[in-house]
Amino acid sequence: MATKTQLESKSVFNFEQCLKCSICTVYCPVVAVNPTYPGPKQAGPDGERYRLKGDIFFDENLKKCLNCKRCEVACPSNVNVGDIIQAARIQYSTHKPGLRDRILASTDFVGTMANRFAPIVNMTLAWGLTKSVMHGTLGVDKHRTFPAYSSKRFETWFKREAQAKQAQYSKQVSYFHGCYVNYNFPKLGQDFVKIMNAVGYGVQLLEKERCCGVAKIANGLYDQARKHANINTSSIRKAVKEEGRPVLTTSSTCTFTLRDEYSHLLGVDNTDVRDSITLATRFLYQLIEKGEIKLAFRPDYKRRIAYHSACHMERMGWIIYSTELLKMIPGIDFVMLESMCCGIAGTYGFKKENYPTSQKIGAPLFKQIKEAGVDCVATDCETCKWQIEMSTGVPVENPISIIADALDVEKTIALNS
Amino acid sequence: MDNELKNHYDVIIIGGGITGAGTARDCAMRGLSVLLVERYDFTNGATGRNHGLLHSGARYAVTDQESASECIKENMTLRKIARHCVDETDGLFITLPEDDLNYQATFVEACHKAGIRADIIDPEEAKILEPAVNPTLTGAVRVPDASIDPFRLTIANVVDARLHGAQMLTYHEVTSLIINQGRVEGVKLRDNHTGEEKEAHASLVINAAGIWGTLIAKMAGVTVNMFPAKGALLIFGHRVNNMVINRCRKPANADILVPDDTVCVIGTTSDRVPIEECDHMPVTDEEVEVLISEGEKLAPSLATTRILRAYAGVRPLVASDNDPSGRSISRGIVCLDHETRDGLAGFITITGGKMMTYRMMAEVATDLACKKLNIDKHCETATTPLPGSEEKKSEETLKTYSFAQKAADGRHGTYTKEIKEDDIVDDALVCECEEVSVGEVKYAVDNLHVHNLLNLRRRTRVGMGTCQGELCSCRAANLLCQSESADKEAADLARFVDERWKGMKPVAWGDTLNEAQLTATIYEDLLGLDKVASKEGGME
Repeated sequence: MATKTQLESKSVFNFEQCLKCSICTVYCPVVAVNPTYPGPKQAGPDGERYRLKGDIFFDENLKKCLNCKRCEVACPSNVNVGDIIQAARIQYSTHKPGLRDRILASTDFVGTMANRFAPIVNMTLAWGLTKSVMHGTLGVDKHRTFPAYSSKRFETWFKREAQAKQAQYSKQVSYFHGCYVNYNFPKLGQDFVKIMNAVGYGVQLLEKERCCGVAKIANGLYDQARKHANINTSSIRKAVKEEGRPVLTTSSTCTFTLRDEYSHLLGVDNTDVRDSITLATRFLYQLIEKGEIKLAFRPDYKRRIAYHSACHMERMGWIIYSTELLKMIPGIDFVMLESMCCGIAGTYGFKKENYPTSQKIGAPLFKQIKEAGVDCVATDCETCKWQIEMSTGVPVENPISIIADALDVEKTIALNS
Repeated sequence: MDNELKNHYDVIIIGGGITGAGTARDCAMRGLSVLLVERYDFTNGATGRNHGLLHSGARYAVTDQESASECIKENMTLRKIARHCVDETDGLFITLPEDDLNYQATFVEACHKAGIRADIIDPEEAKILEPAVNPTLTGAVRVPDASIDPFRLTIANVVDARLHGAQMLTYHEVTSLIINQGRVEGVKLRDNHTGEEKEAHASLVINAAGIWGTLIAKMAGVTVNMFPAKGALLIFGHRVNNMVINRCRKPANADILVPDDTVCVIGTTSDRVPIEECDHMPVTDEEVEVLISEGEKLAPSLATTRILRAYAGVRPLVASDNDPSGRSISRGIVCLDHETRDGLAGFITITGGKMMTYRMMAEVATDLACKKLNIDKHCETATTPLPGSEEKKSEETLKTYSFAQKAADGRHGTYTKEIKEDDIVDDALVCECEEVSVGEVKYAVDNLHVHNLLNLRRRTRVGMGTCQGELCSCRAANLLCQSESADKEAADLARFVDERWKGMKPVAWGDTLNEAQLTATIYEDLLGLDKVASKEGGME
């Protein structure tokens, strides 16, 4: 009888499902370039057994994990290796985040401040002097280019220019725009609204939106991250349950954080709404597949585009939606890049101590891109964009922006009405 | 290590379990010239096949006050002299709804009488102290139980005996005793590696062969009747509990869960077995069933925790009808002077007792040996720390250690500093589950009587982790090739992988079965190890 329970159940301890095959270590981008990192198997399931024995076995080297989750994609036994490592950091790390980490983690606060003085901030951040001061005092690497801040937030634009028109559509979605769209690059949000409206969907903001918290998790600000997770999840719940609107995003990392990291790492239960949070490209592709919408593209649109698989896209298994959608544009000469980490991993690559590792990880990708002879690189992640643009000089765009650019709006409206 | 026999020893000790090793240490510390002979490896018998529990004595308090007092005394001693082998976890005796809560008062009173601290605590507090405990408990008593590693403890005794001049021969089997005019004068030996026959002479022979002591006694023509009692145990994949959990009731099957290093162990069953079966004791489905179902009652999460392996040991209980004087012998320590008992001089049997009362057993046996040899030296083993336990490391020092060094510190204590770790090769891991480095393997091979992978497993923890040797066996075998021939090592590897599978077989389902299949794929399909015939047999 008791043996039967054992026979029927998988271990409730996920780390025990590890068969020690070490495939995760083979796919870890950090191990390949930094021998001081113990690797996902050691840092994850192996280390976990020792950490259960005593806190002394927690290794601060775990902070070298990018949280790219490529180990989880590689694992044939469904071990959440990356989660085990991040959860251990949350539980055991005694390292207190410093000023730099707090600044890097506070994408929303810094964004709000920077928007007000955007031209000055952008100019100052671009100065060599500023960069070396930040390098020396804060530990933000001097090679990094900060994303430019917009002088007008996406939310402000939306409320002034777009919100009133949204009610005319019978079908509605909610949009989680994220910090990057709001503070740095409202055009992506505008492109998204343009496409959705063209296929007959109205767009609404969430009742309250906070930064998804991914940078806070990475920098050890777990309580703040949990606070944001609770606010976002209840806003999402309201949109999904009360308004019947799915929640769409244009950032792969925000999506992944909202869907998986909240419950896995922060203990915020979102099982009831998780499936309603999706990436815009996936949403569009599925509607096209079902025959519910159609897209029409400009015949004069001609570009050679390479697609880069962001790590969290790989983890969600959603790369296919973005690439298939891009391939629908007749004028695109599509190049699929080999799937590998670009090395930035959010705020990781901004830190002075991680810069060399970050660039070493990305080097094979940069080489591929430079050799591909493309007009631009498409990717669903904004931090990959900064890294690739800085490291290759090739412009990077979100698939949504590319579609919006190639879209024949009039024809699309006609097809969908 | 010195294999050259001297012409004469003061004592020859038969048996490389904890009793033999402890007795060798005590005798050597009192200045005796000592030879210890063991037919296979140290800790091969009951010493390496128990719970690893440093009893507080609470378990025996109600039924056997004498054993209980012995336990608490030795418990406190071992915490001091063998601190690197002890994990001071404390223990709980829990009452479940099906148990009689009135027993708790009887239990606590008996503990106090035996000098064992026993504090009744609120069940809610017990749940906070030990989150894995069955939450339906109705009562809890906290006692100074702890966990102790019998492999390390034995080796520490071996090392210290050697430091005091004792000689140790593993894989040397006693084939007969040399008896002359009513006196045992030595032993005839067979080297189990080479087959070579040898003789060793001594003034005294001490039989410390555990359950196999009954066979040694037979060689001497005397009778020591033993109750071989088989006890089966299960090892779980990680530490589910951080305190020892016992049931507060009369001792029964599978009612102790001990956190041992990176795993936890549930046990035991108790069944009489014939002496002939003691060399091969497979764990049965019925035993596995009892262990799981009773284990779940102590810590419900065991129901879904991966089981690494099953094993069984045999308690060397001495039959109470044995003593010719008719005096009943308790479950405790038995030291037989065969000169007074059977008229056979030069022969002592030390048996009974428990793994954790080994030092006391050694003291009793050595006292008797010294009396016979007219040596007036007092026992110092209770106050002299074992090698590795000389000093307690501060948490600050430990924090400066690498991960593998921290793990090694739990195995070798102060001797960790002897392990080389400054170059890229020595620093590399052999066993990833248990964090055993190349440097640690080399240290064990050079200093701790390692001839094969099985020895190495017991000296370090190579192959004891989740993968049960899947990744580390071939790496370790490669290192052993530096001192052994490649052919011999290939056979050793085949035997080791097979031995790992034997323990997994009774619990081969779920992830353990998956792991075994992956191991089989690597060692059979990929490396063709099944083509290598296993030459050496035996219970090893």
